[in-house]
Amino acid sequence: MELGKRDPVTGRTTTGHEWNGIEELDTPVPRVVLFFLAVATLFSVIYWVLMPAWPLGWTYTKGLLGFSDRAVVAQAVHDAATERGVWTDRIANSDFAQIEADPALMRSVKETGRTLFADNCAVCHGTEGSGGPGFPNLSAKAWLWGGSPDQIAETIRVGINAENPDTRSSQMLAFGRDGILTRPQVNDVVAYVRSLSGLEPGAGSTPERIEAGREVFAANCVACHGDAGKGNHEVGAPDLTDANWLYGSDVQSVFNTVHGGRQGHMPHWQNRLTPVDVKILALYVQSLGGKTP
Amino acid sequence: MPNFHRKLERSAIGFVVAIIVVSSIGGFVEIAPLFTIDETVEKAPDMRVYTPLELAGRNIYVREGCYACHSQMIRTLRDEVERYGPYSLAVESQYDHPMLWGSKRTGPDLARIGGKYSDAWQVAHLRNPRDVVPVSVMPAYRWLEDNTLRTEDLGLHLKAMSRVGVPYTQAMIDNATNDAYGQANPDSNFAAGVVERYGEATNIRAFDGEPGRVTEMDALVAYLQILGKLTNAATAANVAIKE
Repeated sequence: MELGKRDPVTGRTTTGHEWNGIEELDTPVPRVVLFFLAVATLFSVIYWVLMPAWPLGWTYTKGLLGFSDRAVVAQAVHDAATERGVWTDRIANSDFAQIEADPALMRSVKETGRTLFADNCAVCHGTEGSGGPGFPNLSAKAWLWGGSPDQIAETIRVGINAENPDTRSSQMLAFGRDGILTRPQVNDVVAYVRSLSGLEPGAGSTPERIEAGREVFAANCVACHGDAGKGNHEVGAPDLTDANWLYGSDVQSVFNTVHGGRQGHMPHWQNRLTPVDVKILALYVQSLGGKTP
Repeated sequence: MPNFHRKLERSAIGFVVAIIVVSSIGGFVEIAPLFTIDETVEKAPDMRVYTPLELAGRNIYVREGCYACHSQMIRTLRDEVERYGPYSLAVESQYDHPMLWGSKRTGPDLARIGGKYSDAWQVAHLRNPRDVVPVSVMPAYRWLEDNTLRTEDLGLHLKAMSRVGVPYTQAMIDNATNDAYGQANPDSNFAAGVVERYGEATNIRAFDGEPGRVTEMDALVAYLQILGKLTNAATAANVAIKE
C-alpha cells in the first residue's frame, strides 16, 4: 500500500487501496455536503437553546421558548372556542325561543348540532335519530320526558337512570317475574295494551280478555301511564296509544316488557359536553323529523 | 485522526463495536432519561387499580385484538381533544401491562369511552355492531355472552400484576374470584367486598343485563366502562391560556 500516491490522470491522491490494478481516488467530500452539515449543526445548537432538548437526570432543559405540546393544544381549543364565540355566546345568553326566532343562528345550530349528534348520540339513536330496539326514536316526537327544548336539554344534561345526582329516573316493574301479576293477568293486560293503539289482535286476544286486561291496567298501570294510557313525561312513562314502541309491539315483546320490566339507561352528558353544546343538541334533536305538528 | 480511522476501519470487530456505540447514543439520550425525569409520569393520587373483572375484560380485549383497530390514546391535537375529550396522560396507563395505546384507528379511540354509552348499548354493539351502527365494519363478538368467564385464576393475574408494580393488596389477590362475581352481581353477598376493596366509585352492575352467571361479556363491558375513569388527572390538568 502506498499512501499519498498521485493519480497521473486527475492529479489527485489515491487512498492507497488497490484491487487488481484498480486504484481508488481519495476524492474529498463535496463542499455542499459540508455546508449542509454545518447548517444542520448550527440549527440543532439553536434548537437546543430554544426548545426542550437535553435530559439532565431528573429534569431537562426547558428551552427559552417554553414550548409545550399541551399548551399548544389547550390554546388551539381555546382559540377555536373564542372564534365560535361570535355565535355561541348568543346561544349561551339567549333562551330557546329567542334562538329559534333567529334563522341565521339556527343555521349554525343545525350545522354544529349534526356533528355533535354524530359524535355523541348517533350510535344509540341512529344518525337520523330514528332509534332502535331499546333506544328511543327522536324523530317521531314520541317523547318520554317531554319534547320542549328545555326538557330535552335537561334530559341530555342529567341522563336517564344515570350516575348524575339530578338524573331522571324511571323503572317499569317486572310485573310477571316479581309476581305482582299472575301469568293470565299479564296476558290480559298485554292484549288490552295492544288494543289501545289499534294493533292487529294477537292469538287468543278475545274481547273478554281485553276487557279483563282493562281492569288489570286500571289497577296497576295508570299511576304511570295515565287513565287513558297516554303516558306521563314526569316519570318517563311512554304513551301506549300511539304507533311508537320502544321495545317492540308484537305480543311477545309486549309480554316481555310487562313480565320482566324495563329500565332504560341514558348516560348523562354534563361532564362531556359544555352547556352550549347541550343547548345546541337540544334544538337539533327537537328539529329531527321535521317541525313539531 | 485519519490514522485512527484508518486503523479502526480495518478492524472488523472494532468497527462493528464502534457502530453500535455511536448508533445507541441517540436511543440512550432519548429513551433512558424518561425513566429518570420526574415529569414523565404525572402524579395521580386518586388513581385506582383495575378490579379483577375489569382486568379479565382487559385480557379479553387483548385476546380479541381490539387494539388492532382501536387506539387508547388521545393525542395533543385540537380535533382529537374536541372529539374525544382531554388528551391522554402517561399516568392513566401506569397500571396497563402491556399498554394498549395502539397505533391505528379503524374504529374510534376508546381512551374515554367509559360511561359514554349504556351497558345495553355496549352489549348490543358487541353482539352485532350493525344492529346499532348500520355502517360499522367491526366484527361481531357473539360468543362473549355465551362464554362463562374463567375466574378461578384471576388471583394469579392480580399477583402477576403486583409483581410488575400494580399496588394490589394481598386481600385483593385472595378475593379476586369472589370480587369478579360480586361486581357483576349487585344483589349478591360478594358485592360489598368489591366496594370495600376498590372504592365507592366502582361500577357494580349486571353488565350483560343478566345477573347470575359471569360471562366474558360482563368482563369486557366492565372494562370498557372504566376506560378513562381510573383517575380524574386528565380533566384536572391545567395549562395557562392566553386570551
